[in-house]
Order: sequence, then C-alpha cells, then structure tokens
Amino acid sequence: MQTLNNLFLIIAHFIRSLFADPQSVWANLTMDVINFIIVVVIIVLAALILILLERKVAGWTSMRTGPNRLGPRGWFQTIADALKLMGKEDVTPAGADKIIFKIAPMIIFSLPMMTLAVIPYGNHMAPIDLDLGIFYFLAVSAISTLAFLMAGWGSNNKYSLLGGMRAVAQMISYEIPLLFSLLGVIMITQSFNLGDIVKAQHTIPFIVLQPLAFVIYIIAGIAEVNRAPFDLVEADQEVVAGPFTEYTGLRWGLFFLGEYGNMTAVSALAATVFLGGWQGPFLPGWVWFWMKVGVIIFFMMWVRWTFPRIRVDHLMHLAWKVLLPLSILNIFLTGLGIFIYRLVMGG
Amino acid sequence: MDVRLERQLREDETLLEKNILVTNIDKLLNWARGHSFWPVTFGLACCAIEMMATGGPRYDISRFGYEVFRASPRQADVMIVAGTCTRKMAPLLRRIYDQMPEPKWVIAMGSCANAGGPFVDSYSMMAGVDKIVPVDVYIPGCPPRPESLIYGLLQLQYKVSNPAKVRLMRHGK
Repeated sequence: MQTLNNLFLIIAHFIRSLFADPQSVWANLTMDVINFIIVVVIIVLAALILILLERKVAGWTSMRTGPNRLGPRGWFQTIADALKLMGKEDVTPAGADKIIFKIAPMIIFSLPMMTLAVIPYGNHMAPIDLDLGIFYFLAVSAISTLAFLMAGWGSNNKYSLLGGMRAVAQMISYEIPLLFSLLGVIMITQSFNLGDIVKAQHTIPFIVLQPLAFVIYIIAGIAEVNRAPFDLVEADQEVVAGPFTEYTGLRWGLFFLGEYGNMTAVSALAATVFLGGWQGPFLPGWVWFWMKVGVIIFFMMWVRWTFPRIRVDHLMHLAWKVLLPLSILNIFLTGLGIFIYRLVMGG
Repeated sequence: MDVRLERQLREDETLLEKNILVTNIDKLLNWARGHSFWPVTFGLACCAIEMMATGGPRYDISRFGYEVFRASPRQADVMIVAGTCTRKMAPLLRRIYDQMPEPKWVIAMGSCANAGGPFVDSYSMMAGVDKIVPVDVYIPGCPPRPESLIYGLLQLQYKVSNPAKVRLMRHGK
C-alpha cells in the first residue's frame, strides 16, 4: 500500500541513484526533463481521453450513443481525428500578420504545461514545488487572454477580431472573482504553497469550510476556459468560430489541446484547493487526485451540454454584480470566522 | 540523352508509381480521413432539416464520428450541400468550397442539389451543384431520409479508404 502510494517517488529516487552524486546539477536537470515530458504526456493524454469523453457525455445528455464505431466502443475516434488534422492543408490567410498568427496556438498550448507543473499529484509529487505556487498558477493562466487576442488580431478577419475582443472582456472580468475566491483558503492556511494547502486539508477539505468560494471558483473557472454556458468567445452562431476562424489543421488542433489542457489545469487546482488534493483513505494518493479531477471535469462537461449560452451583458453582470460582491463577502466572512476561532481557542 | 540515364529515369518512374515510401502513411491517413468527416454547416433548404435529424438522437450521426459540424470552413472536411442552390447562392457556395483546406469532399444531398429537382425549369435555379463544385457522392431523394444521408457518408468513407477504385459497387452485400 505504502509502496503503491509512493510508486513515483521510488522511481524518481531510483533514477537519481543512477548518478554518482544524486543531488548534482546533472541529476536535477535529468529529473526536470523527465518531469517536463510527464506533464506534456499528461496534457496530450488528457486531451485524447477528454475529447472522446466530451462526445460521449454529449451523447448521454441528449439521449444518443456518441461515437461507437471505431475501435472498442469508439475509443479510437480521437486518434482518427488527430491524424486527420495532421494531414490537412495548412492555410495562412493572405492578409494575416504571419508571425502573430503562427505563435498564438503555441502560446495557448504552452500555458497548461506551465500551470500543471506546480500541481502536487501526490505527497511530495509536485514537478516543481513553488512557495508561491497558487500565485504563479493564476499569473500564468492569465496570459491565455493575450494568446486569444493575438489569434483574433493576427487572422485579419472581422469575426476573429470580435471573438478576440470578447475573450479579453470575458477572461479579464472573470479573473477577479477567481482570484478572490481563492483568497479565503489562503487566509486560512497562511500559505501560497499548494502542497501546504493540501496538507492543511488533512482533517476536513476546504469545500466544507468555503462552500461559497468553491461555487464561485467553479463558475469563474468555466468562464475562464471559455466553455458553455460562457462560450461567447467561439459562439458558432454569432462569430463563426471566434479567434479560431482562420486556423486549419494542426494549428487549430493545438488550440483544442490547449483548451482541454487548461480545463484539466483549472480542475486540478479546484481539486487541490477545495477537495483535498491527494488526501483520501484506502487508495493511493495519485489515484484520489485524478478521481477528484475527473469528477470536476465531468461536472463541467455536464454543465456545458445542459445550459444554453448566456448573453454578453448578462455575462458581465454576473461577473461584476454577483460573483465579485459574493467573493468579497466570502473574504469578509472568512476573516470573521478566523477572528472568532482565535478568540474562542485563545490563539 | 544516353541509354543508362533513360533507363534510370524509367525505373524511378515505376518506383514513384508504386509510391514505396509513403504508401503506408497514405493508408493510415486515408483511414483517419474516412472515419472523421467534419461537415461544414451548409444547409440551404428543407434537406437541412433531414440533415439535422441525422444529427439527432434517433439516427445519431455521431456513432460514426461525423457529428462535428464546424461553422468555419477552415476546419471542415466535407460539404453537405443540403437543399436548393439558386444562381444567387452559387458564388457563395463556391467560395465556401474554396475556403476549405485540402483534402475536401462534397456531398450533393437531395434532388435539387443533384439535378435541379422540382425547380429545374426555374430561371433562378442552379440545376445541379456539380456545375460549380466537384461532387463526390450524390444522394437522391426529395428530401432524402436520414438513413440515406448516413449511407451516402459511408459510401464516401469507402471511396476515401479505397482511392484506387473508380466506381464503387457495394450495394446490398
């Protein structure tokens, strides 16, 4: 049991022990490269599985079956899609700003790599254990706004530009309630380190202490990754495909990978901060972690295929007039709770 | 040109015909293409209603992985011309077709798109979209039932998977 729990730590220790000095620069460099590869594999695997899962959940929600012809129960469908995207023609519009047009998908794809690197997947299993982990996570994920705007601007297409502008308005608005909803947890734990936050939930997960913050985080998180009911950025009926209108083949595939990677990252942060991360009885820590992430991702897909898209002004009202005051109220209540707790316990 | 060079060229040509280097990748890509047609949203008339019904729960085109209707032609593989194409619509249809990246296919759905249908005598009618875009599969019917559309898509899949075959005889096997 303990062996299974520490399986990856043991493997890491074994790789380090192959070097003459296990703490040398070369050993650290090798471990960094291995961690990097693992994070990339996580993103690609997550995208491959989640895209099919999304279609299956869509089928389940609208009483269909979803893909079931290719491979066992349709599990090869995403592989066929990915191969087909690789074989498509690569179109760059004549009037496009070529450099910006080409680097935008790369930026989108690089962001989940950077954010997923600080998540603790198990006890002492964060690829990079940053003291300001949660701060770093939010700072990096905010860059994706820029990538959407670059894609919209670089395409030289009016629908792309509209979609890019919408992305900026929406993602910056929802960034603020997202940050404030996490502040309550940071006040309780007095730490920005994600590993410490998980350890602080040893007795009780923070979803019990901070239910309001969890609800705000999930709503703002769905808006942050541009999924329905907040998918105004790529609303088919209004702005053809938003910033992605002019992208073909694998460039568009990178956007898709990035979207699912970001979704995994947001769910992983929710599982870490509110659901107790890798803490759980009986099963190994990393199994618990991925189960919690899976539940949140399933919930996000369920919401996506259940609710219709909301209007632009309603979107802004929800962010500024509902979520922001509620998240400030949550900070106030948390402070009050900590004050009373100290008064009673004599801290 | 001396004889040796000529013979060398001839041998190269035969090798090229066999396509020894990329033949397996071609097979793999054709397999992938045939199993993942993403149609561009292009409903013109009443046939589009049948196209929507094909995506619905009763017929469920998503079983074959063809349910990803893309709004942008840049991400689509197959254009299902569903309905009556007028002369006014023809340039737009051609433009959407040109905007799609290669490889791309066209399915003419319904009698109007095939050959004009009941409006064939009208002054405004583009009788048969094969006058402006190369059509791969014709689906008869006015409008065709969802089963016909699924059958047409599967015929296209067979055509894509077997690029060497000119005429497809696969009915009622």
